[in-house]
Amino acid sequence: MTKKIPLTGDQAVAYAMKQIDPDVVAAYPITPQTAIVMSFSNYVANGQVSTEIIAVESEHSAMSACVGAAAAGARTMTATSANGLALMWEIVYIAASTRLPIVMPVVNRALSGPINIHCDHSDTMGARDSGWIQIYCENAQEVYENTILAVRVAEHKKILLPVMVCQDGFITSHGVEGVEVFEDKKVKDFIGEYKPDSPLLDIDNPSTYGPLDLQDYYFEHKRQEAEAMRSALDAIPEILKEFEKQFGTKYDFIETYKLDDAEIVIVVLSSTAGTVKFVVDELRQRGIKAGLLRPRIFRPFPKEKIINALKKAKAVAILDRSDSFSAEGGPLYTEIKAALYDLDIKPIMVNYIYGLGGRDIFPADINKVFEDLQKTVAAKFTLPKVNYLGSRE
Amino acid sequence: MANIKELAKQPEGLSGGHRLCAGCGASIVVRQVLMGTKDPVVVGSATGCLEVATTIYPYTAWKIPFIHNAFENVAATISGVETAYRALKKKGKIKKDIKFVAFGGDGGTYDIGLQSLSGALERGHNFVYVCYDNGAYMNTGIQRSSATPKGASTTTTPAGEASYGKVQLRKDLTSIVAAHHIPYVAQASASHWNDLITKAEKAFKVDGPAFLNVISMCHRGWRFPQQDTIKISKLAVETGFWPLIEIENGMWKFNYKPKERKPVVEFLKPQGRFKHLFKEENRHILDEIQKDIDNNWARLEHFCEAGCKVT
Repeated sequence: MTKKIPLTGDQAVAYAMKQIDPDVVAAYPITPQTAIVMSFSNYVANGQVSTEIIAVESEHSAMSACVGAAAAGARTMTATSANGLALMWEIVYIAASTRLPIVMPVVNRALSGPINIHCDHSDTMGARDSGWIQIYCENAQEVYENTILAVRVAEHKKILLPVMVCQDGFITSHGVEGVEVFEDKKVKDFIGEYKPDSPLLDIDNPSTYGPLDLQDYYFEHKRQEAEAMRSALDAIPEILKEFEKQFGTKYDFIETYKLDDAEIVIVVLSSTAGTVKFVVDELRQRGIKAGLLRPRIFRPFPKEKIINALKKAKAVAILDRSDSFSAEGGPLYTEIKAALYDLDIKPIMVNYIYGLGGRDIFPADINKVFEDLQKTVAAKFTLPKVNYLGSRE
Repeated sequence: MANIKELAKQPEGLSGGHRLCAGCGASIVVRQVLMGTKDPVVVGSATGCLEVATTIYPYTAWKIPFIHNAFENVAATISGVETAYRALKKKGKIKKDIKFVAFGGDGGTYDIGLQSLSGALERGHNFVYVCYDNGAYMNTGIQRSSATPKGASTTTTPAGEASYGKVQLRKDLTSIVAAHHIPYVAQASASHWNDLITKAEKAFKVDGPAFLNVISMCHRGWRFPQQDTIKISKLAVETGFWPLIEIENGMWKFNYKPKERKPVVEFLKPQGRFKHLFKEENRHILDEIQKDIDNNWARLEHFCEAGCKVT
């Protein structure tokens, strides 16, 4: 039996963590992630979990302690945002290359400077090549379910990579929604027991973790990491199938919304997809063939699924909540554009950078993007390739 | 008190064949520290000579579990390992008693790793932290650290026409660590092996964090013949450059006092890094160094007499 309870995105993470009951959590407070650690600390204080929590003195130490705990053989979690992720940067890469299945909910927040506590994706987009799997969530329900899912993805023997479960700062993290939560036992059964292969604490079979890896082996080890990320494309669907069987929710790498016959399409991550769906519904009522594609898993990059979803469209606007100064566009745009490059007939593709530092995105903004696409399709004008949506000129 | 015949029978955690220099102090320190417990030990190491020379993939010189993470975070890393141990032991997944030790050089401890160390000490993890202090970034080529003694010529504080080497005093890390009021803090030297191993025994025994600051000779950086490692180390103690002290539950104590402290020049003279100080124009620096050592000695005597335990 599922039940529906009011939770913010942060509380949804904490609730999932309570059910996962990891062996070790090492975390440091940063807005807007704080509520995750605070809520979870209450579960610890009230004996509702058996987790040992390490209240570290920085995010650098949070990820360092996670590496130690995960290598030791413990199911390990942390959570962070923006500058916190930036501070742990060095160890984020080490966690992935050591193939430690750490799960880290990230509450997306603009990276300083200037300092700002509100949502954009500059923090996790910068970490897209760190070797972590990245899942982007639209709402608190998905945050909850993906946090549970992430444990299985990270620990899958063909994957063994850490996972970031991303949600939009304040918009999702602090907005209260009705979240359907699963029975504790069902979650426990789904995640199973963590059985690491060569844990550091197996003193009878001693392992050396983190050796010096020079010209003669480093390349192969990075290659193995890349192959693990590729094999995640095959392994994740199995886990998603099991998830559906256990909990009834059907997930895929991507979500499509009224896309089958869509001529003009917006591609966007996370909470903004909700606004786009609202606008798509309005346009559909007026007979305009608008649609949405929301990549749910960005790493591994589901290239084939994205190509298939977009190849029939006439024009596609890709919305990036982070910039890559002077590049071809934002990271989502450049990767999707590159993925479609080999098609003989491909849609017009344009990029909109939006919502930096938590700048609100309204239905009117989304409407404007669809109007731009319509005009472009009608060849009334050529859009600049990179546009700034909602910024003063 | 360690019995040398018994110690000789103890299995070694760090095997020979590692690639540290002949005459390196670090491996001697590590072996003596590991003799301080008979329980299984998990070792953490900061990036540095010890790590790069003992774990060149696909080889490892470690016969016991070993983890290296990065330069500045061995204390945080071992706190994760130790916490995982407590979590898994509580659940019955681990039965044996295991000890934890973290090794860092002075760069990884006094400088870049100080925050990580301080955090782990304050949180009270049950582990031993050993700083092998060779007074500079030796692994990257003898750059100055905050543990580099005044007057030493390093590659970033070279002695020259307008420089007598490092201007500043060494950071007093042992006192900084003592200010965390952890159960056990000590300074030791491999030349006084019985003292060092006894201190390691105490450090492994206490419930909570323990810290050993051990002088570790580097003939490449200090510029002396490699066979003189222990001799130089002994001079560091005999001159009062490296006092053998411990702070046990807040009580300061000298573990060894030379009958007569030798002048510090006897420690400085055999080392090429201080060669320039013996030129006429730098003689006053030698006087200053002697004065600094006398002052520190007097401070320690004062602490030891006072006991420094708040009752």
